[in-house]
Amino acid sequence: MIGRRARGVFRAASPNGSNGAGGKSTADDLILSVEQLTISFDGFTVLNELDFSMKYGEMRFLIGPNGAGKTTLIDAITGKSKPDRGRIVFDGAADLTRQQEHQLVKLGIGRKFQTPSIFGSLTVYQNVEVALGFRSRITGLLGGTRRRDSDRIMATLEEVGLAPRAGDVAGALSHGEKQWLEIGMLLVQEPKLLLMDEPVAGMTRRERERTGELLQSIGSTRSVLVVEHDMEFVRRFAETVTVLHLGRVLSEGTKETVQQDPEVIRAYLGHGVSGQRTVAEAPRPGQKETVRA
Amino acid sequence: MATRIFIFNAVRTVTGPARLGELAAAWVMPALVLAILLAAPLVLSDFRVALLGKFLTFAILAMSLNLIWGYAGMLSLGHGVFFGLGGYAMAMFLKLESAQGKLTDFMFWSGLTELPIFWAPFQYAWFAIPMTFIVPAALAGGLGYLVFRSRITGVYFALITQALALIVSILFIGQQPYTGGTNGITNYTTIFGFPINSPSTQVFLYYATLAVLALTYLLCAWLIASRFGRLLVAMRDDENRVRFSGYNPAILKTIVFALSGGIAGIAGALFTPQVGIISPTMMGIVPSIEIAIWVAVGGRGVLLGAIVGAILVNGAKSGLSESFPAVWQYFLGLLFIGAVLVFPAGIMGLLRGEGWRRPEWLAVEQLRALATRFIPGVSR
Repeated sequence: MIGRRARGVFRAASPNGSNGAGGKSTADDLILSVEQLTISFDGFTVLNELDFSMKYGEMRFLIGPNGAGKTTLIDAITGKSKPDRGRIVFDGAADLTRQQEHQLVKLGIGRKFQTPSIFGSLTVYQNVEVALGFRSRITGLLGGTRRRDSDRIMATLEEVGLAPRAGDVAGALSHGEKQWLEIGMLLVQEPKLLLMDEPVAGMTRRERERTGELLQSIGSTRSVLVVEHDMEFVRRFAETVTVLHLGRVLSEGTKETVQQDPEVIRAYLGHGVSGQRTVAEAPRPGQKETVRA
Repeated sequence: MATRIFIFNAVRTVTGPARLGELAAAWVMPALVLAILLAAPLVLSDFRVALLGKFLTFAILAMSLNLIWGYAGMLSLGHGVFFGLGGYAMAMFLKLESAQGKLTDFMFWSGLTELPIFWAPFQYAWFAIPMTFIVPAALAGGLGYLVFRSRITGVYFALITQALALIVSILFIGQQPYTGGTNGITNYTTIFGFPINSPSTQVFLYYATLAVLALTYLLCAWLIASRFGRLLVAMRDDENRVRFSGYNPAILKTIVFALSGGIAGIAGALFTPQVGIISPTMMGIVPSIEIAIWVAVGGRGVLLGAIVGAILVNGAKSGLSESFPAVWQYFLGLLFIGAVLVFPAGIMGLLRGEGWRRPEWLAVEQLRALATRFIPGVSR
């Protein structure tokens, strides 16, 4: 509830996307501020003193070649990876690096995984119901769902276009529908910041189109960070883009400026670093991304 | 039209199963099983009633494992320990009643001169009976929290519980003055003043067990139908998503594991007076694995499955061991292999017309093709 009020205030203050990243901003405007973040696995530095920030109400796309550290950054924000150094400040309050995953969700950080992560043997409705109950006490979970809550669940399913399938077992949904269900499970929790790891991976053209529209409508009311490999999708739906390369921010700004940045072109056309791909080689729609940053 | 469908779906999901078949599965079959079990003492001999009473305690035990394995996806291979702890707590009460609160026979033989301090309160029913739930629940909760906090799941969790079964049974064998050692605790005379071996007491204990079984069933059914129950299934499906939905799976799993351990303890408490003995052989590795067999054969994730599995497997076991004393264990093994390979959803799955799987190695099609070619008179 607090989140909604805060969002409202900041939406008025900073219209979505129009004052993109890179401009001067005070700490008060920032929903997320990553400072000097360093993470290494077995001596290999994945994030290297990374500085990154997002404003309230902003929708940001995060791109970069394989191994750039995109998923690792999301892992760090959601508590899945613990950084060696640096800190992450969220919503002007706590340092996230000391908290566990479920505590971060309660602070208002929702995460969508790369592959759909849902509960296959529950119904579509029950999936959202489980997500909605995340602030209940254990004793509260023993009771049934209240009328008001079930209205909210159905409204969320309407939003992601799954209302007609509310009673179906979630495991029987198509790949794209599972992705929408997972998004719905996040939306019903009203997160302040939504992190999406390749939301259109493996989707058909029509599904990508619908997901893009869904993202835009979500992005109009809350802060969203989208990691995406699909350049066509980025060109179509992104406003501001951050390019990661070798664990650092390479470029940041509107998609036009980023596209013309010689550093970015060089990083994507690549010298030497194996496993890197050119823009042209970025995964085609429907192709599954297997190598993770 | 679309709106009508969605309202129908919404109502259906909110109010639970609405179709007749689901309703039958949910209430008619349990009622049928209950009716059979209620009538059984009227037609069976005293010996058979006592045997069936023992199976009912196993059915409660199987339900406790089904709750965590069938629904929350945690296979415990140490549930014999919790069953045994409940059984021992009850045995201590019965033994002290027989000894009138004084030193028991095995303590005397082991050279103790005074009743150990932790034994003394067990002479009171108001202490001993709650302890049959509390002790195993506390052990399960404590161990569970440490294990789940470290995010140990799946086969590693099963191995740890297996180790628990070994450790506790060795501990109980080693502490003869306090536990009766290998022999366990036996030779009770009365329960609440009634002679424990008289047929009327045994029939009373049978119905008490049946009542506990019914209550456990209702408790589990209520739990499974609640949002907490859905959360258990959610953890089985994708624990990571539960965590990233803002829940702490370690706490949820600890709660349900402790509850399951406590229910197993109550089953043990009902076992002891009916069978007349509790010993470390009841809490070792082999009985702990057998519990998993009952649940797998009956049907994981179906409440009634655990009951049906426990009664049928144990019935078959005692029938076969009477008829084929040398080889009956092979039948049990075959039954388990069958449950894993051919009917993974168990007997309940077969009754529902689902879960029948034809293993590829049976090569039924090839056999049929061979048969049509070489054996005259066999056609497709």
